[in-house]
Amino acid sequence: MSLRRVFFGACLSILFGQAAMAQTMRVGINDDPDQLDPALSRAFSARLVLSTFCGKLFDITPDLRVVPQLATGFEWTNDNKTMVIKLRPGLKFDDGEPLDAEAVKYNFDRNINLPGSLRKSELLGVTTVDAVDPVTVHVNLKEPQAPLPSVLADRAGMMISPKAGKALGQNFGSGPSCAGPFKFVSRVAQARIIFEKNPNYFEADKVSIQRVEFTPVIDTTVRLANLQSGQFDLIERVSPTDVEQIKKDSRLKLTVAPDLGFAYLQFNVNNGPRGKLLADPRLREAIDLSIDREALVKVAFQNTFIAGNQFVGPASYYFMKDVPVPKRDVAKARALLKEAGVPNLSFKLIVRPDRDFQVPAQVIQAMLKESGIDMIVDTQENVTGLNNGAKGDFDALFSFWSGRVDPDGNIGHYMLCDGSANSSKYCDPEADKLLVQARQKVEPADRKAFYDQIGRKFMKDRPLISLWYRQLFIAHTAKVQGFVAYPDGLVRLVGVKM
Amino acid sequence: MNLLFFTLRRVGIILPTLLLVSVMVFLLQHLLPGDPAIALSGDEHDPAVVEHLREKYGFNRPVLVQYGMWLGGVLQGDFGSSYRNKITVLELIATKLPVTLELAIFSMLIALAIGVPLGIIAATRKDSPIGLIANLIALSGISLPHFWLGIMMILIFSVNLGWLPSSGFVPITEDWKQNLTSLIMPSFVLGSGVAGVITRHTRGAMLQVLSSDYVRTARAKGLTERVVVNKHALRNALMPVITLSTIEFGRLLSGAVLTEQIFSIPGFGKLIVDAVFNRDYQVIQGVVLVAATLYILLNFVADILYYAVNPRLRG
Repeated sequence: MSLRRVFFGACLSILFGQAAMAQTMRVGINDDPDQLDPALSRAFSARLVLSTFCGKLFDITPDLRVVPQLATGFEWTNDNKTMVIKLRPGLKFDDGEPLDAEAVKYNFDRNINLPGSLRKSELLGVTTVDAVDPVTVHVNLKEPQAPLPSVLADRAGMMISPKAGKALGQNFGSGPSCAGPFKFVSRVAQARIIFEKNPNYFEADKVSIQRVEFTPVIDTTVRLANLQSGQFDLIERVSPTDVEQIKKDSRLKLTVAPDLGFAYLQFNVNNGPRGKLLADPRLREAIDLSIDREALVKVAFQNTFIAGNQFVGPASYYFMKDVPVPKRDVAKARALLKEAGVPNLSFKLIVRPDRDFQVPAQVIQAMLKESGIDMIVDTQENVTGLNNGAKGDFDALFSFWSGRVDPDGNIGHYMLCDGSANSSKYCDPEADKLLVQARQKVEPADRKAFYDQIGRKFMKDRPLISLWYRQLFIAHTAKVQGFVAYPDGLVRLVGVKM
Repeated sequence: MNLLFFTLRRVGIILPTLLLVSVMVFLLQHLLPGDPAIALSGDEHDPAVVEHLREKYGFNRPVLVQYGMWLGGVLQGDFGSSYRNKITVLELIATKLPVTLELAIFSMLIALAIGVPLGIIAATRKDSPIGLIANLIALSGISLPHFWLGIMMILIFSVNLGWLPSSGFVPITEDWKQNLTSLIMPSFVLGSGVAGVITRHTRGAMLQVLSSDYVRTARAKGLTERVVVNKHALRNALMPVITLSTIEFGRLLSGAVLTEQIFSIPGFGKLIVDAVFNRDYQVIQGVVLVAATLYILLNFVADILYYAVNPRLRG
């Protein structure tokens, strides 16, 4: 073979090699996902990775509207107790099996009946699911359930292949098969998860990336360094302290979206013996009035987050625009403490060891001191803190809710008397009634009227006080084109080019 | 005392030691606050799911019963599965151990390549500036935090110079060149700490040997200093260094937690940290038991080697 041919071949292989590499998107994620099974996964990182390869019945837009994905739409019938879902015809899973109404029914049944399913509570109101014809599914409900479409825009709506589901059972995550833009190739725990383009996807023509690799890197500084060095093309959950650095780096781009969740202090108002300390609502109001939320986000997060006191953020339709963030009022706080007979209130706040909780906790501690409140920071690792919260072994705890598209997902489990996250043991039949009624109204305008009442009750009774809403920062290299950040923080790669 | 008797005596200690380790790790992790069922139950902590998990994994049974069930499984080769991702513990160990082993070997090679020569220099030139510099280099290797050193190396060699990959690990079977380049920085970070320790011990051992009678005799016979150090003194000075290196290697195998986190090396250290935070008991127990076994075996090998090369131990 002549030298010229060898040289030519080498150049071509380098070119094609570069092109092949250019078609691989390397994504740095915050931690290793747990199970790649929509029914059993609980970590956000799993949700992020699942959304790459598991198509959903519905999806959301950046402004939080629910739109069709694998489905073409839905309507309510039977006094809003049946959700009729229409599927796109001709859909296939990445293993070639048909994605029809029977497959959707299988998925609903699996999510509800699989032992340990974490989706069961999300589909509690579902009584039966009928495959009426190959593209029509009837989801029958005990009562109208307005949050259901947004629930089906998340893991409960991710459709897995019945063939793979039946073959692997609880170990579906070891070899998942879904109907998304990519299909699973391999996984090495804590190392890499690899996907390649799924030719069966209904919008395969919009997918230009051929391969996706997810690598968990816990430390945000190291994750950013990897992006700057070119090891990653995109990283999620950028720390607010790195935002300015990224903005100044011409090699990188930053995309921002308002987060769905909120940070909060949750008070023990009636959970065990320690529920007596902060049971008086005047004390909780005094704590609330002692905090300057604007200053808090400025000092702790360089103003990259948004101060707030509602249970939904400004991007939500249900956000009350006419309710301002309360101003700090130390004099009124002192007066309330005196009126309640506890001028020198002292309580312990359970705080996680993470920087994003420790720093604001210290700021809050300093603010409360000026009102005469001694707040002791009780650092506890996350699982320990959750456990103590559930047992009622706390005065107050500092935490964060990642948020859901539907407002019910942000407040129901905290305020309902039997709410799963109601460690406060707050119980008000009026609040329960409002929350149930809000769930049963399907028109957003009707629901908003209820959520406005719920929001005002939330701000008045204060089983929790909301402090800020995060902004989600996702950074990528300049060669990544067309990426849009969504409030749910998931990485959507359809339409993205490199 | 002959070698066989010596070996049997050592082996006789290993099994009870492993049993004690298994009891300690089992009990200690159950003393960790926090309900693992809550940790595994997702954001909303559905009580039905929490109860199901308690029943499924036996969290509601007495600790001794749980220990008995686990030990029974281990004796039959079943170390259980990760609660978090359902991968069997043996499979996790089989994939992570070779990674940590490779990292430990490279780190040890770097440590010896730096530590032994530096220790010799520090001993033979102890009253000179060169000896002082050798000591300072050793001290900085011990003192510099791994986390800081690792990040600085990433910033310099990956971000600014673009010479080396900033993170990740490529198996040697996949691409040996990428495998080697991905291990350069983490091996140096880990090895620099061990090098410092080896330097100090080599220096101490050399100083002791260099002041002994037979070395004085060798000098008196007119041998050059180079021959005295390399041929006569070093051989004896290295014996304690061998023992130390074996122990250090065992420590490296237990998991270089910080280094693996910084460089995203999917090894033992990362595995156990994640398992602790997620209350993944089966993984913690399995990994600690395997790490303890390796450590004990390495010490056993070191003892045998020491016995074999040191006639004074044979009695």
